Amino acid sequence: MLSALTQLLVFQLVGEVVARGLKLPVPGPVLGMLFLFIALALRGGPGHELQTTSQNLLQHLSLLFVPAGTGIMIHLHRVADEWLPLLLSLLISTIATIVVTALVMKLCVRGEAASGNAQGDAP
Amino acid sequence: MTPQLNEIWVYLSASPLLGLTITLLAYQAAFWLYRRSGLNPLVNPVLVAVTILVLLLTLTGTSYETYFAGAQFVHFLLGPATVALAIPLYMQLRRVRSMLLPVAAGLLAGSLTAALSAIAIAKLFGASLPTQLSLAPKSVTTPIAMGIAERIGGIPSLTAVLVIVTGIFGAVSGRYVLDAIKVRDPAIRGFAIGVAAHGIGTARAFQVSEQAGAFAALAMGLNGALTALLLPLLIGWMR
Repeated sequence: MLSALTQLLVFQLVGEVVARGLKLPVPGPVLGMLFLFIALALRGGPGHELQTTSQNLLQHLSLLFVPAGTGIMIHLHRVADEWLPLLLSLLISTIATIVVTALVMKLCVRGEAASGNAQGDAP
Repeated sequence: MTPQLNEIWVYLSASPLLGLTITLLAYQAAFWLYRRSGLNPLVNPVLVAVTILVLLLTLTGTSYETYFAGAQFVHFLLGPATVALAIPLYMQLRRVRSMLLPVAAGLLAGSLTAALSAIAIAKLFGASLPTQLSLAPKSVTTPIAMGIAERIGGIPSLTAVLVIVTGIFGAVSGRYVLDAIKVRDPAIRGFAIGVAAHGIGTARAFQVSEQAGAFAALAMGLNGALTALLLPLLIGWMR
Protein backbone atom coordinates (compact mmCIF):
# COMPACT_ATOMS: atom_id res chain seq x y z
CA MET A 1 0.00 0.00 0.00
CA LEU A 2 2.86 2.34 0.86
CA SER A 3 4.62 1.98 -2.48
CA ALA A 4 1.33 2.37 -4.37
CA LEU A 5 0.47 5.53 -2.45
CA THR A 6 3.96 6.85 -3.13
CA GLN A 7 3.54 6.19 -6.85
CA LEU A 8 0.24 8.09 -6.91
CA LEU A 9 1.81 11.05 -5.08
CA VAL A 10 4.85 11.05 -7.40
CA PHE A 11 2.57 11.21 -10.45
CA GLN A 12 0.57 14.01 -8.82
CA LEU A 13 3.78 15.88 -8.04
CA VAL A 14 5.06 15.55 -11.61
CA GLY A 15 1.63 16.72 -12.83
CA GLU A 16 1.76 19.77 -10.54
CA VAL A 17 5.29 20.67 -11.65
CA VAL A 18 4.44 20.37 -15.36
CA ALA A 19 1.12 22.28 -14.99
CA ARG A 20 2.77 25.14 -13.14
CA GLY A 21 5.99 25.09 -15.16
CA LEU A 22 4.14 25.33 -18.48
CA LYS A 23 1.33 27.52 -17.01
CA LEU A 24 -1.31 25.05 -18.25
CA PRO A 25 -4.95 25.70 -17.22
CA VAL A 26 -5.32 22.00 -16.27
CA PRO A 27 -4.67 21.13 -12.59
CA GLY A 28 -1.77 18.94 -11.54
CA PRO A 29 -3.76 15.86 -10.44
CA VAL A 30 -5.53 15.65 -13.82
CA LEU A 31 -2.17 15.76 -15.62
CA GLY A 32 -0.91 13.19 -13.10
CA MET A 33 -3.82 10.95 -14.12
CA LEU A 34 -2.83 11.38 -17.78
CA PHE A 35 0.83 10.54 -17.04
CA LEU A 36 -0.09 7.46 -15.01
CA PHE A 37 -2.38 6.37 -17.83
CA ILE A 38 0.50 6.68 -20.33
CA ALA A 39 2.80 4.80 -17.93
CA LEU A 40 0.24 1.99 -17.60
CA ALA A 41 -0.11 1.76 -21.38
CA LEU A 42 3.69 1.54 -21.78
CA ARG A 43 4.07 -0.93 -18.91
CA GLY A 44 1.09 -3.09 -19.90
CA GLY A 45 -1.10 -2.55 -16.82
CA PRO A 46 -0.87 -1.79 -13.10
CA GLY A 47 0.82 -4.08 -10.60
CA HIS A 48 -1.33 -5.92 -8.08
CA GLU A 49 -0.54 -3.51 -5.26
CA LEU A 50 -1.29 -0.36 -7.23
CA GLN A 51 -4.55 -1.88 -8.38
CA THR A 52 -5.82 -2.86 -4.92
CA THR A 53 -4.74 0.42 -3.30
CA SER A 54 -6.46 2.46 -6.00
CA GLN A 55 -9.57 0.33 -5.71
CA ASN A 56 -9.68 1.00 -1.96
CA LEU A 57 -9.16 4.72 -2.47
CA LEU A 58 -11.79 5.01 -5.21
CA GLN A 59 -14.34 2.92 -3.34
CA HIS A 60 -14.76 5.83 -0.96
CA LEU A 61 -14.26 8.65 -3.43
CA SER A 62 -17.45 10.27 -2.10
CA LEU A 63 -15.85 10.76 1.33
CA LEU A 64 -13.21 13.03 -0.19
CA PHE A 65 -15.84 15.59 -1.26
CA VAL A 66 -17.33 15.97 2.20
CA PRO A 67 -14.93 18.66 3.57
CA ALA A 68 -15.41 20.93 0.50
CA GLY A 69 -19.18 20.33 0.56
CA THR A 70 -19.39 21.37 4.21
CA GLY A 71 -18.06 24.74 2.99
CA ILE A 72 -21.65 25.54 2.01
CA MET A 73 -22.02 26.87 5.57
CA ILE A 74 -19.87 29.94 4.80
CA HIS A 75 -21.97 30.77 1.72
CA LEU A 76 -25.39 30.34 3.31
CA HIS A 77 -25.96 34.10 3.04
CA ARG A 78 -25.46 34.36 -0.73
CA VAL A 79 -27.25 31.08 -1.26
CA ALA A 80 -30.22 32.40 0.74
CA ASP A 81 -30.28 35.65 -1.30
CA GLU A 82 -30.12 33.99 -4.70
CA TRP A 83 -31.54 30.56 -3.97
CA LEU A 84 -34.09 30.50 -6.80
CA PRO A 85 -31.75 31.22 -9.76
CA LEU A 86 -29.08 29.01 -8.17
CA LEU A 87 -31.44 26.10 -7.65
CA LEU A 88 -33.10 26.33 -11.08
CA SER A 89 -29.77 26.74 -12.85
CA LEU A 90 -28.21 23.74 -11.08
CA LEU A 91 -31.23 21.48 -11.53
CA ILE A 92 -32.12 22.27 -15.15
CA SER A 93 -28.55 22.58 -16.40
CA THR A 94 -27.45 19.28 -14.79
CA ILE A 95 -30.38 17.35 -16.25
CA ALA A 96 -29.87 19.03 -19.65
CA THR A 97 -26.18 18.07 -19.61
CA ILE A 98 -26.93 14.41 -18.83
CA VAL A 99 -29.63 14.26 -21.54
CA VAL A 100 -27.62 16.05 -24.25
CA THR A 101 -24.43 14.02 -23.60
CA ALA A 102 -26.23 10.67 -23.50
CA LEU A 103 -28.39 11.30 -26.58
CA VAL A 104 -25.50 12.64 -28.70
CA MET A 105 -23.45 9.54 -27.81
CA LYS A 106 -26.36 7.20 -28.49
CA LEU A 107 -26.91 8.80 -31.90
CA CYS A 108 -23.21 8.48 -32.76
CA VAL A 109 -23.09 4.82 -31.69
CA ARG A 110 -26.19 4.10 -33.74
CA GLY A 111 -24.78 6.04 -36.71
CA GLU A 112 -21.51 4.10 -36.54
CA ALA A 113 -23.37 0.80 -36.27
CA ALA A 114 -25.57 1.71 -39.24
CA SER A 115 -22.62 2.65 -41.47
CA GLY A 116 -20.81 -0.48 -40.26
CA ASN A 117 -23.80 -2.60 -41.31
CA ALA A 118 -24.03 -0.84 -44.66
CA GLN A 119 -20.39 -1.71 -45.33
CA GLY A 120 -21.01 -5.23 -44.17
CA ASP A 121 -23.95 -5.57 -46.56
CA ALA A 122 -21.92 -4.43 -49.55
CA PRO A 123 -20.45 -7.27 -51.58
CA MET B 1 -20.68 22.42 31.18
CA THR B 2 -18.47 21.71 34.19
CA PRO B 3 -15.11 23.55 34.14
CA GLN B 4 -13.27 20.33 33.44
CA LEU B 5 -15.46 19.36 30.47
CA ASN B 6 -15.16 22.90 29.23
CA GLU B 7 -11.38 22.62 29.30
CA ILE B 8 -11.46 19.40 27.29
CA TRP B 9 -13.82 21.02 24.75
CA VAL B 10 -11.56 24.06 24.37
CA TYR B 11 -8.61 21.76 23.70
CA LEU B 12 -10.45 19.47 21.27
CA SER B 13 -12.16 22.23 19.32
CA ALA B 14 -8.78 23.78 18.52
CA SER B 15 -7.15 20.49 17.47
CA PRO B 16 -7.35 18.98 13.96
CA LEU B 17 -8.27 15.62 15.51
CA LEU B 18 -11.90 16.59 16.02
CA GLY B 19 -12.53 17.89 12.48
CA LEU B 20 -10.97 14.78 10.98
CA THR B 21 -12.79 12.36 13.26
CA ILE B 22 -16.25 13.87 12.83
CA THR B 23 -15.77 13.87 9.03
CA LEU B 24 -15.08 10.13 9.10
CA LEU B 25 -17.87 9.41 11.60
CA ALA B 26 -20.43 11.47 9.65
CA TYR B 27 -19.43 9.74 6.42
CA GLN B 28 -19.61 6.27 7.95
CA ALA B 29 -23.06 7.00 9.34
CA ALA B 30 -24.12 8.35 5.92
CA PHE B 31 -22.66 5.33 4.12
CA TRP B 32 -24.39 2.95 6.52
CA LEU B 33 -27.72 4.61 5.71
CA TYR B 34 -26.91 4.48 1.98
CA ARG B 35 -26.22 0.72 2.20
CA ARG B 36 -29.35 0.13 4.27
CA SER B 37 -31.37 1.90 1.57
CA GLY B 38 -30.02 -0.56 -1.03
CA LEU B 39 -27.74 2.12 -2.60
CA ASN B 40 -30.74 4.34 -3.30
CA PRO B 41 -29.35 7.41 -5.12
CA LEU B 42 -31.66 9.66 -3.08
CA VAL B 43 -29.74 8.72 0.11
CA ASN B 44 -26.51 10.13 -1.35
CA PRO B 45 -23.68 9.70 1.21
CA VAL B 46 -22.09 13.11 0.45
CA LEU B 47 -25.42 14.87 0.92
CA VAL B 48 -26.18 13.09 4.19
CA ALA B 49 -22.66 13.54 5.61
CA VAL B 50 -22.56 17.25 4.72
CA THR B 51 -25.97 17.79 6.31
CA ILE B 52 -24.87 16.06 9.53
CA LEU B 53 -21.65 18.12 9.65
CA VAL B 54 -23.25 21.51 8.93
CA LEU B 55 -25.84 20.86 11.66
CA LEU B 56 -23.16 19.72 14.11
CA LEU B 57 -20.84 22.68 13.44
CA THR B 58 -23.68 25.20 13.58
CA LEU B 59 -25.06 23.78 16.83
CA THR B 60 -21.64 23.81 18.53
CA GLY B 61 -20.74 27.25 17.11
CA THR B 62 -17.61 25.87 15.40
CA SER B 63 -16.27 27.85 12.42
CA TYR B 64 -15.62 26.22 9.05
CA GLU B 65 -11.93 27.24 9.26
CA THR B 66 -11.51 25.36 12.55
CA TYR B 67 -13.29 22.32 11.12
CA PHE B 68 -11.25 22.41 7.91
CA ALA B 69 -7.95 22.42 9.82
CA GLY B 70 -8.77 18.76 10.54
CA ALA B 71 -10.83 17.89 7.47
CA GLN B 72 -8.06 19.05 5.12
CA PHE B 73 -6.35 15.67 5.54
CA VAL B 74 -9.33 14.02 3.86
CA HIS B 75 -9.60 16.83 1.30
CA PHE B 76 -5.94 16.34 0.39
CA LEU B 77 -6.59 12.76 -0.75
CA LEU B 78 -8.63 14.12 -3.70
CA GLY B 79 -5.30 14.65 -5.50
CA PRO B 80 -3.97 11.06 -5.35
CA ALA B 81 -7.51 9.73 -5.90
CA THR B 82 -7.74 11.73 -9.13
CA VAL B 83 -4.43 10.25 -10.26
CA ALA B 84 -5.71 6.76 -9.34
CA LEU B 85 -8.61 7.16 -11.78
CA ALA B 86 -6.09 6.31 -14.53
CA ILE B 87 -6.29 2.64 -13.46
CA PRO B 88 -10.00 1.91 -14.10
CA LEU B 89 -9.64 4.00 -17.23
CA TYR B 90 -6.79 1.82 -18.44
CA MET B 91 -8.83 -1.32 -17.72
CA GLN B 92 -11.52 -0.04 -20.10
CA LEU B 93 -9.07 1.05 -22.78
CA ARG B 94 -10.42 -1.34 -25.42
CA ARG B 95 -14.00 -0.18 -24.94
CA VAL B 96 -12.94 3.49 -24.94
CA ARG B 97 -11.01 2.95 -28.17
CA SER B 98 -14.06 1.50 -29.89
CA MET B 99 -16.10 4.57 -28.90
CA LEU B 100 -13.81 7.46 -29.82
CA LEU B 101 -16.32 9.35 -31.97
CA PRO B 102 -19.28 9.09 -29.55
CA VAL B 103 -16.96 10.08 -26.69
CA ALA B 104 -15.65 13.17 -28.52
CA ALA B 105 -19.09 14.30 -29.72
CA GLY B 106 -20.77 13.67 -26.36
CA LEU B 107 -18.00 15.49 -24.54
CA LEU B 108 -18.19 18.62 -26.69
CA ALA B 109 -22.01 18.78 -26.63
CA GLY B 110 -22.20 18.05 -22.90
CA SER B 111 -19.44 20.42 -21.89
CA LEU B 112 -21.00 23.37 -23.75
CA THR B 113 -24.48 22.55 -22.44
CA ALA B 114 -23.22 22.38 -18.85
CA ALA B 115 -21.56 25.81 -18.88
CA LEU B 116 -23.83 27.81 -21.19
CA SER B 117 -27.18 26.59 -19.87
CA ALA B 118 -26.05 27.26 -16.28
CA ILE B 119 -25.18 30.87 -17.13
CA ALA B 120 -28.32 31.42 -19.25
CA ILE B 121 -30.76 30.07 -16.64
CA ALA B 122 -29.10 31.98 -13.79
CA LYS B 123 -29.24 35.18 -15.84
CA LEU B 124 -32.87 34.58 -16.80
CA PHE B 125 -33.87 34.30 -13.13
CA GLY B 126 -31.91 37.38 -12.08
CA ALA B 127 -28.71 36.06 -10.48
CA SER B 128 -25.90 38.59 -10.07
CA LEU B 129 -22.95 38.44 -12.50
CA PRO B 130 -20.45 36.97 -9.97
CA THR B 131 -23.00 34.26 -9.16
CA GLN B 132 -23.53 33.49 -12.88
CA LEU B 133 -19.78 33.23 -13.42
CA SER B 134 -19.37 31.08 -10.30
CA LEU B 135 -22.00 28.71 -11.73
CA ALA B 136 -20.40 28.35 -15.18
CA PRO B 137 -17.80 25.67 -14.23
CA LYS B 138 -20.23 23.79 -11.93
CA SER B 139 -19.94 20.44 -13.76
CA VAL B 140 -16.15 20.36 -13.54
CA THR B 141 -14.22 18.64 -10.75
CA THR B 142 -13.55 20.93 -7.74
CA PRO B 143 -9.87 21.93 -8.18
CA ILE B 144 -10.28 22.74 -11.91
CA ALA B 145 -13.59 24.53 -11.33
CA MET B 146 -12.08 26.79 -8.66
CA GLY B 147 -9.22 27.72 -10.99
CA ILE B 148 -11.65 28.52 -13.82
CA ALA B 149 -13.90 30.61 -11.55
CA GLU B 150 -10.92 32.67 -10.50
CA ARG B 151 -9.94 33.33 -14.12
CA ILE B 152 -13.38 34.35 -15.36
CA GLY B 153 -14.37 36.53 -12.40
CA GLY B 154 -16.45 34.17 -10.28
CA ILE B 155 -16.03 33.42 -6.55
CA PRO B 156 -13.84 30.29 -6.20
CA SER B 157 -15.11 29.18 -2.79
CA LEU B 158 -18.75 29.59 -3.92
CA THR B 159 -17.91 27.58 -7.05
CA ALA B 160 -16.52 24.79 -4.85
CA VAL B 161 -19.88 24.54 -3.09
CA LEU B 162 -21.91 24.73 -6.33
CA VAL B 163 -19.73 22.00 -7.82
CA ILE B 164 -20.49 19.72 -4.88
CA VAL B 165 -24.24 20.45 -5.04
CA THR B 166 -24.19 19.77 -8.81
CA GLY B 167 -22.36 16.51 -8.22
CA ILE B 168 -24.83 15.39 -5.57
CA PHE B 169 -27.79 16.33 -7.77
CA GLY B 170 -26.32 14.58 -10.81
CA ALA B 171 -25.58 11.45 -8.77
CA VAL B 172 -29.10 11.49 -7.28
CA SER B 173 -31.04 12.17 -10.50
CA GLY B 174 -28.81 10.47 -13.11
CA ARG B 175 -30.43 7.06 -12.90
CA TYR B 176 -33.97 8.41 -13.31
CA VAL B 177 -33.04 10.82 -16.14
CA LEU B 178 -31.16 8.12 -18.08
CA ASP B 179 -33.95 5.59 -17.55
CA ALA B 180 -36.48 8.16 -18.80
CA ILE B 181 -34.60 8.70 -22.07
CA LYS B 182 -34.00 4.93 -22.38
CA VAL B 183 -30.20 4.97 -22.45
CA ARG B 184 -29.03 1.55 -21.19
CA ASP B 185 -25.38 1.19 -22.28
CA PRO B 186 -23.36 1.46 -19.04
CA ALA B 187 -20.55 3.22 -20.92
CA ILE B 188 -22.85 6.00 -22.14
CA ARG B 189 -24.63 6.23 -18.78
CA GLY B 190 -21.32 6.58 -16.95
CA PHE B 191 -19.93 9.09 -19.42
CA ALA B 192 -23.03 11.33 -19.28
CA ILE B 193 -22.96 11.34 -15.47
CA GLY B 194 -19.22 12.06 -15.47
CA VAL B 195 -19.63 15.07 -17.79
CA ALA B 196 -22.53 16.50 -15.75
CA ALA B 197 -21.55 15.51 -12.22
CA HIS B 198 -17.71 15.04 -12.15
CA GLY B 199 -16.24 13.07 -9.22
CA ILE B 200 -19.40 12.65 -7.17
CA GLY B 201 -21.18 11.28 -10.23
CA THR B 202 -18.12 9.09 -10.85
CA ALA B 203 -18.23 7.78 -7.27
CA ARG B 204 -21.89 6.85 -7.75
CA ALA B 205 -21.16 5.26 -11.16
CA PHE B 206 -18.43 3.05 -9.63
CA GLN B 207 -20.94 1.81 -7.06
CA VAL B 208 -23.20 0.71 -9.93
CA SER B 209 -20.64 -0.84 -12.30
CA GLU B 210 -16.91 -0.84 -13.04
CA GLN B 211 -17.51 0.08 -16.68
CA ALA B 212 -19.84 2.98 -15.90
CA GLY B 213 -17.30 4.20 -13.33
CA ALA B 214 -14.39 4.08 -15.79
CA PHE B 215 -16.35 6.04 -18.40
CA ALA B 216 -17.44 8.55 -15.77
CA ALA B 217 -13.80 9.02 -14.75
CA LEU B 218 -12.83 9.51 -18.39
CA ALA B 219 -15.62 12.07 -18.84
CA MET B 220 -14.62 13.90 -15.67
CA GLY B 221 -10.99 14.23 -16.78
CA LEU B 222 -11.82 15.25 -20.35
CA ASN B 223 -14.54 17.69 -19.34
CA GLY B 224 -12.23 19.30 -16.79
CA ALA B 225 -9.54 19.85 -19.41
CA LEU B 226 -11.94 21.00 -22.15
CA THR B 227 -13.84 23.44 -19.90
CA ALA B 228 -10.58 24.89 -18.58
CA LEU B 229 -9.54 25.62 -22.17
CA LEU B 230 -12.91 26.70 -23.64
CA LEU B 231 -14.73 28.59 -20.92
CA PRO B 232 -12.30 31.53 -20.48
CA LEU B 233 -12.39 32.01 -24.28
CA LEU B 234 -16.20 31.83 -24.44
CA ILE B 235 -16.64 34.27 -21.57
CA GLY B 236 -14.15 36.60 -23.27
CA TRP B 237 -16.23 36.57 -26.48
CA MET B 238 -19.52 37.15 -24.67
CA ARG B 239 -18.26 40.29 -22.95
